[in-house]
Amino acid sequence: MSQETSTALKTTPLYTVHKELGAKLVPFAGWHMPIQYQGIIQEHLCVRNGVGIFDVSHMGEIDIRGKESGKFLQKLVTNDIEKMSDHSILYTVMCYEDGGVVDDLLVHRFSEDHYFLCVNAANCAKDYEWVRKIAQPYDVKVQDISQETAQLAIQGKDAEKLLQKMFDVPLNDLRYYHFKKGKIHKNDCIISRTGYTGEDGFEIYIDSSLAEPVFREILEAGKPFNIQPIGLAARDTLRLEMGYALYGNDITAETSPLEAGLGWVVKLQKEDFIGKESLKNQKEAGLKRKLVGIKLLERGIPRPHYPVFSGDRPVGELTSGTFSPSLNMGIGLCYVSPEHAKVGSRLSVGIRNKQVPAEIVKPPFVVSGVKK
Amino acid sequence: MEVPKDLRYTIEHEWIRVNGNKAVIGITQFAQDQLGDVVFVEMPKPDTQVTKENTFGVVESVKTVSDLYAPASGKVIAINTDLETQPELINSEPYGKGWILEIELSDSKELDGLLTPEQYSEQCEKEH
Repeated sequence: MSQETSTALKTTPLYTVHKELGAKLVPFAGWHMPIQYQGIIQEHLCVRNGVGIFDVSHMGEIDIRGKESGKFLQKLVTNDIEKMSDHSILYTVMCYEDGGVVDDLLVHRFSEDHYFLCVNAANCAKDYEWVRKIAQPYDVKVQDISQETAQLAIQGKDAEKLLQKMFDVPLNDLRYYHFKKGKIHKNDCIISRTGYTGEDGFEIYIDSSLAEPVFREILEAGKPFNIQPIGLAARDTLRLEMGYALYGNDITAETSPLEAGLGWVVKLQKEDFIGKESLKNQKEAGLKRKLVGIKLLERGIPRPHYPVFSGDRPVGELTSGTFSPSLNMGIGLCYVSPEHAKVGSRLSVGIRNKQVPAEIVKPPFVVSGVKK
Repeated sequence: MEVPKDLRYTIEHEWIRVNGNKAVIGITQFAQDQLGDVVFVEMPKPDTQVTKENTFGVVESVKTVSDLYAPASGKVIAINTDLETQPELINSEPYGKGWILEIELSDSKELDGLLTPEQYSEQCEKEH
């Protein structure tokens, strides 16, 4: 219940709308962001059962143009850029030479000489600097367009029906991890079938000046679907029920994507990328720890940094943890040594002075509703 | 923010309702609002002692953990077992069905240092 000053914080174009909607605004990654409106559990279930809208304009966007864009990105990130087609999206990480994670991000391809990256808010300045540094030898132009770009996420099974009422091109043929350019009313935007909730849904990128009218129009058009604005707290419980990693918690400069279970976005057969040698060596030597899902078998709520035990022996630590509103139980992600990482392993979580029995599970913790 | 006149308060947002040598303890409307959805309450066992200004339990909301501080010392004579299955009572009725425990007061003089409703309201104003 501490008081933090709001002076140095950035605000999204929807700041006054959030206040009007009764949001609790808190400092997050240098931004004044809505953590909740009506209540986390209600907002969480609103997205799981219907549709909700998030202001995620704090996320960073980096524009990449030039004839060596693909070649440059292939060097920058761990996943395979060459396999991308126009208007497709790729989830990936970018690493340091030692294999630690700079950030996880989405790469959007407009064409072979034009891409844009969506990166985490907290990392935006660091990422931009890193991307520019790596870009130096290439014929590309790198631009931070975060300031002029707002991002809205509309998530939940009713998202398509709702947005189709407003969007001028069909959405039913927009596949998961693809995007389209189009108009909402008369406003140009990019709409992608992506999200961080595990539900079907979309993310809209739009000029900051248009964020407020579009946000209001979606809220209005969403009334028949009982749409609600959703805060960052529910965004966190929704992503954690899916086992999605969060930068700063589950992945950091000190963790490797292989340990984090993100081996599927690390293409070691690729010719060259930053961190390849270290990651290859790690893989050959065997991983020292693994990020796994854990659920409590008794009442209690696991939180980041709580220790994980096998008997009385500490074998790892929670990096994310929460109460799951869908399951009504404590869930989390933790790094444990490989011999304890097997699904079904019986461990315990140290919560204050008690050890609460827990079991290793394979995320997602709840069934995903995304349309693959 | 509702601050009932018949209660006394702590700076950590607990309330105490005194009735003779017994007293009921809970957390305030302001506290539950700050916490958000309460999903777990850890309470001491009946017959154990709680000590003024020491922690006697924990309230967990979805997003955070908060210690509970005893407004006065005494023996626990009842705990609100309804909170085991309905912790959300703390959000909906913080001064009623969301009470946390009842104690037998060791020393009623300890109550003198607690905040009056007026003092507590002022403190909430400052924190808001």
